[in-house]
Parts: sequence; C-alpha cells; structure tokens
Amino acid sequence: MTLATAPRRPTAPVAGRATRPRRDLGAWFLVLPALLPILVLSVGPLLYGIGLSFTDAQSGRTQATRFVGLLNFSDLFQDSLFWDSFRIGLIWAFGVTVPQFLLALGLALLLHLDLRLRWLARALAIIPWAMPEVVVGIMWRLVYHPDAGILNETLRDLGLSGTGDGRDWLSGLATALPAVIVVGVWAGMPQTTVTLLAGLQNVPIELHEAASMDGAGAWRRFRTVTWPALRPIALAVTALNFIWNFNSFALVFVLTDGGPGGRTRLPMLFAYEEAFRYGQFGYAATMGLAMVAVISVLLALYLVGRLKGDDDR
Amino acid sequence: MNATERADGSHPRSVPPGAADVRTPRRRKGSPRRHLTPRRTATRTGQYAALLGYLAFLAFPLLWLLSTAFKPPRELGSLHPTWIPEAPTLDNFRQAFAQQPLAAAAGNSLLAAAVSALLAILLATPMAYVLARVRNRLSRAATGWVVISQAFPLVLVIIPLFLILKGLHLVDSRIGLIMVYVVWSLPFALWMLTGYVRAVPRELEEAAAMDGAGRLRTLVSVTAPLLAPGIVATALFAFITAWNEFFFALVLLKSPEKQTLPVVLTHFLGAEGVADLGPLAASALLATLPSLLLFAVIQRRITGGMLAGAVKS
Repeated sequence: MTLATAPRRPTAPVAGRATRPRRDLGAWFLVLPALLPILVLSVGPLLYGIGLSFTDAQSGRTQATRFVGLLNFSDLFQDSLFWDSFRIGLIWAFGVTVPQFLLALGLALLLHLDLRLRWLARALAIIPWAMPEVVVGIMWRLVYHPDAGILNETLRDLGLSGTGDGRDWLSGLATALPAVIVVGVWAGMPQTTVTLLAGLQNVPIELHEAASMDGAGAWRRFRTVTWPALRPIALAVTALNFIWNFNSFALVFVLTDGGPGGRTRLPMLFAYEEAFRYGQFGYAATMGLAMVAVISVLLALYLVGRLKGDDDR
Repeated sequence: MNATERADGSHPRSVPPGAADVRTPRRRKGSPRRHLTPRRTATRTGQYAALLGYLAFLAFPLLWLLSTAFKPPRELGSLHPTWIPEAPTLDNFRQAFAQQPLAAAAGNSLLAAAVSALLAILLATPMAYVLARVRNRLSRAATGWVVISQAFPLVLVIIPLFLILKGLHLVDSRIGLIMVYVVWSLPFALWMLTGYVRAVPRELEEAAAMDGAGRLRTLVSVTAPLLAPGIVATALFAFITAWNEFFFALVLLKSPEKQTLPVVLTHFLGAEGVADLGPLAASALLATLPSLLLFAVIQRRITGGMLAGAVKS
C-alpha cells in the first residue's frame, strides 16, 4: 500500500504548489461546459418545480401566476383519486422490484454455472434492456391480445381456458395490474441480472473452494460466501430499481394508458394527465414533490435498515 | 405444430432429462473432486429446467413479435394463431410505411440521438476528467448530483422544463428536445466516463509530463487514446437512450413532422384492429434494430463501466 502510493507523493505537492492557481482555473474551464447545462436544465428546473408546487400555475392562462402557499398540499391531501393512484404505484413498484430481483438473482446464479445454452440466455438477457420501452409495451399488447394473442392460445392448448375464450387481460379489472407487472418484471430483469452477474464474478473463487472443502453445501456456501459479497450490489440495485419502477411511465402508458377505470394509473400517469391534459402545472408539481418525499422516506428506511443489518453481523 | 410444442417446452417439467446427462462429463473435467452421484445429476437437471424456464420467459414475447410481423392479415384474424406464419409476407412492412410517416420519424430520432450523444460526450468528457482526478468540494457535489438526479420523478422536472423552453421558444422544436436529451444523458455519461478515467493510471500522465510533454499534449496523446473505447461506448449508450426515449418527446413535440419514432409508433395504437397488428409489429421490430445492434457491441463495456463508477466513488 505505502509502496504503491509513495512515488506519487513527492511529485504531486511540488507540481501542485507551483501550478495550483492555474490548474484550478483549467479545471473550471473543463467543468463549466457540462456544469452550466446541468445547472440551467436540471438543478434549475428542480428548484423551479418545487417553487411551482406553491403556486396556482396553469397552462395557457393569461392572469399572472399567484403564490397560494400550502393550498395545493391540502388539496392533494384530500384528493382520494391521487392516493388511489399512489397506492397502485406502490403495488406496482414493489410488485415489479421484488420478483425482478429474485428472478434476476436466480438467473445470475445459473449463468454463473458452467451450463450449456448459457450464451443464449446471456444474449436474450441483453435484448429487453436495449429495446425501446414503447416497443416492449407494443410487443406485450400483441401477446395479451384477446383474439390474436399467443397467451390465450397457449392457455387454450393447455386446456386452461376455463374462463372462456378471448379473455382481455389488459382491460380486465382484476387482471390489468398483474398483467402490466409481469411486463415490468420482464423488461427490468435483464439489467439486474447482468449487474448481479458482474458482482458474482467478483466473488473470490478461493473462498468457494475453501468452503466446499470444509463440507459446506450449496445453500450454506451461498449464505456465507456469495451473499455477503453480493450484498452491497444487491442493495444498490434494488434501491435504484425501486425508484425507476415507481417513476416509470412509457411502459404502462403504452400498455393500458392507466385503464381500465384507473386500475393501472401510476402516479406518473396521473401527474402527466393533470399537467398536460388539464394544464394544472402547480398542482401536478405538488404531486411530483409528494412522490419524491414518500420515495425518499422509504429509501432512507430501507438503506438505514440494511446498513444496520450489516453492523449487527 | 412443432413450434407450438416448443412453446409448451417452456414448462420446466417437460425438460428432456438427457439434456443434463450430456453435459455432466464436461463439468467433471472442470472440478475433478466431484462425483456423479444421483443427487448431483438431479441438481443438474433442476438447473437446466430452471434455465429453460428463463429462456422461455425471456424469448416468447420476442418470438411472438417476430412471428406477428411476418403474418398476413388472414392469419392475424385467425381464431387459432400459430407460432410460425403459414404464408410469411413482407407486406406488413410496406403497410407500416404507408400508414405512418416512419421514415421521417426515424430521421428525426436519428438526428436527435446522434446530435445529443455527440454533445453529451463533448461536454461530459472534460468534466469527468476533472471529477476523476481532482478531489474537492465541487467534484463531490457533482458526483452527488449525478446520483440524486436519478431519483427525481420526471414529472417534477418536465413541467418547469416545459415552461423554461417555452420562454425560449424551444417547445415543439428539435433544438429544445436535443438540449433536454443532452442534459438528461449527462449524469450517466459522467458516471461512466469518470470510471474510465480512473482506470487510466495517473502514473502514465506523470511520466509523460516528466518527459516534457505539456498538459494538453499529455491529454491528447496519452490519456485520450486510452479513453477512446470508453468514450465510444458511452456515446453509443447515450445514442440508444435518446433513440428509445418517449416521455420528453411526447411532451415537448407537437408537430407531427417533428415527432420521433417511439411517439409515432404509439399512433398505431389509436384505432387498433386485428388487421393492423401486422404493421404495428413490423414497425416495432424495425424501431428496435438500431438499439439492439449497437447495444450488442457495447454491452460488456457498459456493465463494466457501471460497476467501475460505483466501486470507486
């Protein structure tokens, strides 16, 4: 450790002291081209958006926008339609993230083995990741199509069509949400798999060999060797997936557009309609803020809980 | 019919047990200590069954999209759809181009994706260099922002962004969309590129400086060539994300002649009769090809870069 850093030490301060002011200026020149657009089109809009949530901003209005204090928040608090949508959003986010992770973990463990057809699974695992979300949605609409879809045909072939022919999965009140959750799992699983697989490949193989010499079975080896090494990656992946899933839009927009009867209306779809169909910019911004707040709290609880779990061990 | 049976093969139980037996000798070569106990054979069979289950789940919507794209209207309307088109046709592709302005939309997507990827790289590379090499408050704040910006619901950002762009007369403008895409791909580009820069040993640059090369010369002739593959991969990834993007394009573009491919694809969904499923599938297939081809090229580098960015920051 000391050996590796030692040669660097003497040169850095000397060169640094001589050129520090100039180098810092140079650094600014390198940073500014990216920093300015980020400030103007990312940090700025975020602050602006937070500000908007305290106003009655509407699209295409001639009167000036007024500051309305917490009015939007108290409205939102009583807006049962929004909280319905929020509940659906949470069901969707958990319903996608958890199976996504478990299935991805299973597939990653399989791909880590020396199995035939592994190349095919790897290739297939890339495809959903690269596909436009709109295409994923269209593709699954074809699968779920009541008449021309393969799902109903397969069920019929298996003799499982007890519910009658032509079941419309995406417009059934009971089936719509589960159906879109399956699509969400399908679309997000590959990326999680590839990340977990990369994590698995970093687990030292010597540890595995030592454990199996000691007579540890597969489950024990997974628990004592693989999982501790994979844990940080698993934590990051599930947290990010949860955020992405909660904020997702295109997939469900294409599949059901929030229908039937709002059964799949995720909060993003709700806020989008509020803003760009009804023009309620201020109110929609409040919804966005509420989403950020709840997600932050959930994530903080999750991460703190998990990290504590680390310390206990 | 054969193909229909293969679809049933998706069921883990119907795996031919022979599949596992064929592979076991090779496995034995890899780890000589293991013996082929009946229990181990059973484990192997279970593993193959699971892998085939995954393959079926991942592949069947893709195969169905492929199949639908080549089916004539008569087969699409059939009450018992088959996996393999009986009379495959390219007519759907012709129809697709006739029904929607696909070529123009692809042109719009190409322009937006290529220009925004190029700009994002030009802006992000210098900043990533500084983030990787200089450790101060600014670089920590910037890295923090990169992470935090992943968590915003787009709706909180899109409304202010819409208002800002409207003030600049850049709503319903290709330039406005490109600006948004650039800023939107910067966090990921910074994340990846910072990882790649860290992978270039500082000692190499210091050696060049000792040999009398100026700072700029060091960057151009030592650092840049080593970074080139990472820069290309990041640029291609930015291209793919912009090519696939739907939400911003939906909100920011109104004129039909400016719309990008994913938005135009959703227009097929409007009055979707069974006969129109063919052109829908055909155009969805075409829209995916560029992303898929590029992604196949860069996939390994992207997963590597993501972890590199994560591990060291």
